[in-house]
Amino acid sequence: MAAELHVELVAADRSVWSGEATLVVARTTSGDIGVMPGHQPLLGVLESGPVTIRTSDGGTVVAAVHGGFISFADNKLSLLAEIAELADEIDVQSAERELERAKAEGDESAERRADVRLRAVAAR
Amino acid sequence: MGAQLRVYKRRIKSVTATKKITKAMEMIAASRVVKAQRKVAASTPYATELTRAVTAVGTGSNTKHPLTTEAENPTRAAVLLLTSDRGLAGAFNSNAIKAAEQLTARLEREGKEVDIYIVGRRGVAHYNFRERKISEQWTGFTDAPSYGDAKKIAAPLIEAIEKETADGGVDELHIVYTEFVSMMTQTAVDSRLLPLSLKEVAEESQTKGEILPLYDFEPSAEDVLDALLPRYVESRIYNALLQSAASKHAATRRAMKSATDNAGDLIENLTRLANAARQADITQEISEIVGGASALADATAGSDK
Repeated sequence: MAAELHVELVAADRSVWSGEATLVVARTTSGDIGVMPGHQPLLGVLESGPVTIRTSDGGTVVAAVHGGFISFADNKLSLLAEIAELADEIDVQSAERELERAKAEGDESAERRADVRLRAVAAR
Repeated sequence: MGAQLRVYKRRIKSVTATKKITKAMEMIAASRVVKAQRKVAASTPYATELTRAVTAVGTGSNTKHPLTTEAENPTRAAVLLLTSDRGLAGAFNSNAIKAAEQLTARLEREGKEVDIYIVGRRGVAHYNFRERKISEQWTGFTDAPSYGDAKKIAAPLIEAIEKETADGGVDELHIVYTEFVSMMTQTAVDSRLLPLSLKEVAEESQTKGEILPLYDFEPSAEDVLDALLPRYVESRIYNALLQSAASKHAATRRAMKSATDNAGDLIENLTRLANAARQADITQEISEIVGGASALADATAGSDK
């Protein structure tokens, strides 16, 4: 039986996902990072982007994370984000509409948000 | 119906209508308190994780940051006051405002200039009426604040802290809000948010006596702290907003409950008075009839003879 790590994915206003996982891949400001059980304690700044969690029962959970932090210690990993959404919760059509609108209006932050959502869905 | 009785009846009707309204408001507030409390609870995991992370950086490195450095000679302080947009909440707003006034007086005694930042229409109205300067104000979301609102509030405050005092920046940031202790107790409290004392944060989070591991910082301790501290301030403001909202709803519920009770008492008193008036009317009518009848009887008896 493979070693596991406990993952907590929390947004500012709710707890999004928690459970056991074998691998978590996230993008920090200095590049993608993969965390497996027994990793050394880590505290990093996340870029907006999809986070992939390989759960211990073989499934994969993908979440769109907009800024935040990753911290790992004692086999417990926490992903903190101001906004975090599971890929399953994302409505592709509305995200696409949002992207179109943001592009048309030149709203960069909204465009980035919509883009992150779509990438998370694509990575699912 | 006697004139007196009609007046009582009319007053009973109007008080009954008022009672129905306050009762409805009480019930709405009661359901909102529960919702607001749930929001406070939902925001707790993020806040605790963030506090842990700040502690980890604070203890794991000797990084200096403008948000954690005490000014040698603080000359200007910012006070963030959280009130509500709507009244009908008993002493909720006046307590918060009073706490802010006391804090302002204390800071001025210490020789600091005070800039006031206000959330909520009530606080804004209070300061505008007295023609006092408000540095910045936010309104329209106090009943159900979102994290975005907290970000909006935190941005100019952090900017002010990071600016040099000579250029209009501030050295300290205090926050005045109403802490939600329980359904019955809400207290207006003030606390110093910035500069942040990492030691205090550490004490706060290490109640369980755990020893923090030596973290690897990605990309570097400075960058992590740089990104972490503003988020920490935002999350503290967000928590204060949520507590303030929950307190406001609890205060409204209590105020409306006592209004409903008072209306009930008033109706009872008025009903008694109305009954007495009706009885007096009846008594008078009877005595008039009896008087009339006996006068008639006397008259007939006289004509018989």
